[in-house]
Amino acid sequence: MFDLLATWLTRDVMGLDMASHAGSAVHFFIQDVTKIFVLLVVVIYVMGLLRAILSPERVRDYVRGKPKWLSRVLAIMLGAVTPFCSCSSVPLFIGFVEAGIPLGVTFSFLIASPMINEVAVVILASVLGWKLALLYVAAGLLVAFVGGVVMEWFKPARWVEEYVWKIEMGEATRLEADTSLQGRHRYALGEVREIVGRIWKWVVAGVAVGALFHGFVPQAWVVEHLGGEDNWWAVPGAVLLGVPLYSNATGVIPVAEAMLGKGVAIGTTLAFMMSIAALSLPEMLILRKVIKWPALALYAAVLAVAFTLVGWGFNLLS
Amino acid sequence: MKTIKVLGSGCANCKTTAKIIEEVAAEKGVAVKVEKVEDIAAIMGYGVMSTPGVVIDEKVVHAGGVPDRKAVEGWLSA
Repeated sequence: MFDLLATWLTRDVMGLDMASHAGSAVHFFIQDVTKIFVLLVVVIYVMGLLRAILSPERVRDYVRGKPKWLSRVLAIMLGAVTPFCSCSSVPLFIGFVEAGIPLGVTFSFLIASPMINEVAVVILASVLGWKLALLYVAAGLLVAFVGGVVMEWFKPARWVEEYVWKIEMGEATRLEADTSLQGRHRYALGEVREIVGRIWKWVVAGVAVGALFHGFVPQAWVVEHLGGEDNWWAVPGAVLLGVPLYSNATGVIPVAEAMLGKGVAIGTTLAFMMSIAALSLPEMLILRKVIKWPALALYAAVLAVAFTLVGWGFNLLS
Repeated sequence: MKTIKVLGSGCANCKTTAKIIEEVAAEKGVAVKVEKVEDIAAIMGYGVMSTPGVVIDEKVVHAGGVPDRKAVEGWLSA
């Protein structure tokens, strides 16, 4: 359906040759923008209606006071289903510390949360298929688990800002949710407005980059330099390139689509996606309010190494 | 006169929230004093982790996102 619409607009309305560079880029852009936005609105609305979006207060209650392995598993799973804005990561961090949740578990949560969320997974599955979506989720969960464990080996408690330990949190008030159908509808609409309003820029930028890549980068060049396991440096290269770049997990999907379509190896693509979604300068600067630079540098290094290993692993397997 | 506090560390959503409350209050002719609470320790003191949060007469009525206009009308008429 989106393909037909894009073809019609590109060929018949704009009169571009579909086989040309510009034509195929424009077609890609229109198809992906329409498809991703329709999916975003539908998926977020349905989640909102079901009230499937958990608040950080609830997450904290679930994770606290459990044995460490269980709290880590819960933290990662809950991190994966909660699309938090990075602006809540500071209160979240403090709230977790205050609840006595181990720092390693908190890091696991912070890694999983931006990388995986249910909205991005549904869109990933419908753009690139369930197999790739599952691989991405599995890789993300693994990195979150191992990343948190490794962070803990370095005793990160010494790098937490002094004031964080002193904050005492008030008793969280349970807010009553309006569970009538009308209330759910209003809530769902609010969620759509809030989330789409926050991430649309990333999505448009991601589609634009994907479209340029799709239209203008020659396939032969890609296959030679970025495909297969002969180019071992492609994975760390993709991760390093992804660190300064940032996009929301949904925004990287069209870029990955264009990369895979041109023959970039699957592990390289996954490593690039994770690096863009999980490691970002703005998020680091926000976290700087609660932890000191050595911990941030360690966090970035652990993740970069983990993404590289995951990328190599997938390239070898495929 | 109700004292309303908007909890949030200065993000765009927090400003929107304060604005909505002021607008609704003006429409309904309710006298309010809207205060922004940006200190993280104070915010956490209310047990709120997801901002923006709204506190009316020291009671948390909302957390995590810009509140719905209808909800704001409800708080102000109560």
